[in-house]
Amino acid sequence: MANDYQYEPKNSLTKWLDSRLPLLRFTNEHVLQFPTPKNLNYFWTFGFILTMCLVTQIVTGIILAMHYTPSVDSAFDSIEHIMRNVNYGWLIRYIHSNGASMFFLAVFIHMFRGLYYGSYKEPREVLWILGCIIYFLMIVTAFMGYVLPWGQMSFWAATVIINLVGTLPLIGESLTQMLLGGFAVDNPTLNRFFSLHYLLPFIIFGVVLLHIWALHVPGNSNPIGVSVQGKQDTVAFHPYYTVKDFFAYVVFLILFCYFIFYNPNILGHADNYIEADPMVTPAHIVPEWYLLPFYAILRAVPDKLTGVLLMFGSIAVLFFLPWLDTAKTRSARYRPLYKFFFILFFIDCLMLGYLGGVVPEGIYLLLSRVCTIYYFAFFLIVMPVLSRYEVPKPIPIGISNPNLTNDMVATD
Amino acid sequence: MFVYRKIIKPFFIFSVLLLFTSNALIAAGDHSLESKSPLKPGFSFEGPFGKFDRAQLRRGYQVYREVCASCHAMKQLSFRNLVQPGGPEYPETDAKIFAADYLITDGYDDYGDPIERDRILSDPFPSPYNSKEAAKASNNGAYPPDLSLIVKARTGGYNYIFSLLNGYGMEIPENLDLELGDTLSYNPWYEGIGIAMLQPLYEDSVEYEDGTKATIEQMSKDVTAFLTWAAEPEMEERKRLGFIVMSFLIIFVFLMYLSTKALWRDIH
Repeated sequence: MANDYQYEPKNSLTKWLDSRLPLLRFTNEHVLQFPTPKNLNYFWTFGFILTMCLVTQIVTGIILAMHYTPSVDSAFDSIEHIMRNVNYGWLIRYIHSNGASMFFLAVFIHMFRGLYYGSYKEPREVLWILGCIIYFLMIVTAFMGYVLPWGQMSFWAATVIINLVGTLPLIGESLTQMLLGGFAVDNPTLNRFFSLHYLLPFIIFGVVLLHIWALHVPGNSNPIGVSVQGKQDTVAFHPYYTVKDFFAYVVFLILFCYFIFYNPNILGHADNYIEADPMVTPAHIVPEWYLLPFYAILRAVPDKLTGVLLMFGSIAVLFFLPWLDTAKTRSARYRPLYKFFFILFFIDCLMLGYLGGVVPEGIYLLLSRVCTIYYFAFFLIVMPVLSRYEVPKPIPIGISNPNLTNDMVATD
Repeated sequence: MFVYRKIIKPFFIFSVLLLFTSNALIAAGDHSLESKSPLKPGFSFEGPFGKFDRAQLRRGYQVYREVCASCHAMKQLSFRNLVQPGGPEYPETDAKIFAADYLITDGYDDYGDPIERDRILSDPFPSPYNSKEAAKASNNGAYPPDLSLIVKARTGGYNYIFSLLNGYGMEIPENLDLELGDTLSYNPWYEGIGIAMLQPLYEDSVEYEDGTKATIEQMSKDVTAFLTWAAEPEMEERKRLGFIVMSFLIIFVFLMYLSTKALWRDIH
């Protein structure tokens, strides 16, 4: 779908500006008038919600950095200083800490949407890969941010994860040294994590711009997965999607504010309110909830290196989705078998999240192994097999034409 | 549709059931290993509109000052916090008197000798020990944790702290087969073999200024309320602001819903 709207400068000033810096042209063609499929459902509002999450994290993060001290002797106390002595410091910090959870909640919904409606398929492969890069950067940023309060979980999560990196062949040792800056998690580690935690969100911001660029070349996918065929299928982004996205964002904000104002510590771990102590290991070291599925995969395997490789592999496999699922039909609405395995995959991820939080013994260890196997089987076996053998249901001819057809070429 | 109704739907329901039952089984399995789930005595600060009971916070501070403070520091608190809105809200004169009970070393005089002076409102609560090592040496090797954040730092929060303070003097169940020496106490709420803190509260450990009877339960409850405030002194302000923000958002989301509906009415 080409960008069929053309901006016309109306007066001499805008004409003058347009031939020098086409800022208004860009805004009009890519934001205000951008033709967007008219049948997008509320799962498509999470792109906007995620942008707002990123902006919120950056703004609150910059304010927190004004008051935070990245030193093992005073990091913990400086957080308490923010909570107790800085004007509305508690609010800024609770927005930032709960904001990370909300960011991941939104990104999970965004990704499951892409998975369900086949948003990664031709011609949106690059868009999907950029999304995977953002996701990986988010995980790294969140992990580093979790270390900064220098609580017990901060310290021990950092110790565990950096130890894991050390098991990687060839690069493991030097990567560990670079991350630690010493022999154990200590002041140099905290300093570089703070520096990187400040840097990475801006890199994410850059990749987000590329992500949106890559979105605006082929245009949005949509719930029926049939490409836009003409003006009858689209509406202008503004006001139709600005208003709809904002409505969804306010709903999202209500949940966000519930956590900030009424249950600000429920998503965190009590142990992180104990100052880091290298001599005392917590009974159970667990990451934040949004990393639990990966933690479950890691612990499902007895061999450390295999576990680490599988954990990284569980993210890496996402990059190859466009070539693992080659079915022409995009939307799971018209792929009953894929839909079935997708729902199973969704439950599998929830199970992994749960299993990441319990001690891996007996039935839980068995369950996490089964779930890990299915996680990879869904991508590496189910997707390629279904691409070849699944017979899709007839799909609508177009967004504005609900008549059904079996002819894929006619709809693309 | 046939595939969906006959295969996918039953399987989906089965999977959801499996998820929930496995969770229940896991939860059931956990209980046998861990300590008792905390008592819930009910506090005035619970719920979205809950506030601290000022008189209770003041009684709690008295318990802390006269009992807990001999071993436990609260380094995040200053005497000025006792005056702030949303806390015990002592009159400034009272808080100044509490502060003046303790000395602090503040700078050096012209001969290079440290200056000792009475504490004032802006000074922190005093610590009972000069170092962690000194604290351990006085407590059979166990470190009495700082209490500033103890309510946030324990799973179960204030209910756990209350239960723990109430959990002394109970018989060790025979099936546990515990051998505790003189330095450890049995406490059913403590996660571990035995708690190093000896029973801290006895009937009439303190004499309340407001005439409330100082039972163990009363003192536990009062000091727990005080520690909860100490851990989150912003709680009342947070809930007050939360109510305003939530009220705004709920009206706003309704308007946004109507706007979206009106805007999209003619798009089919």
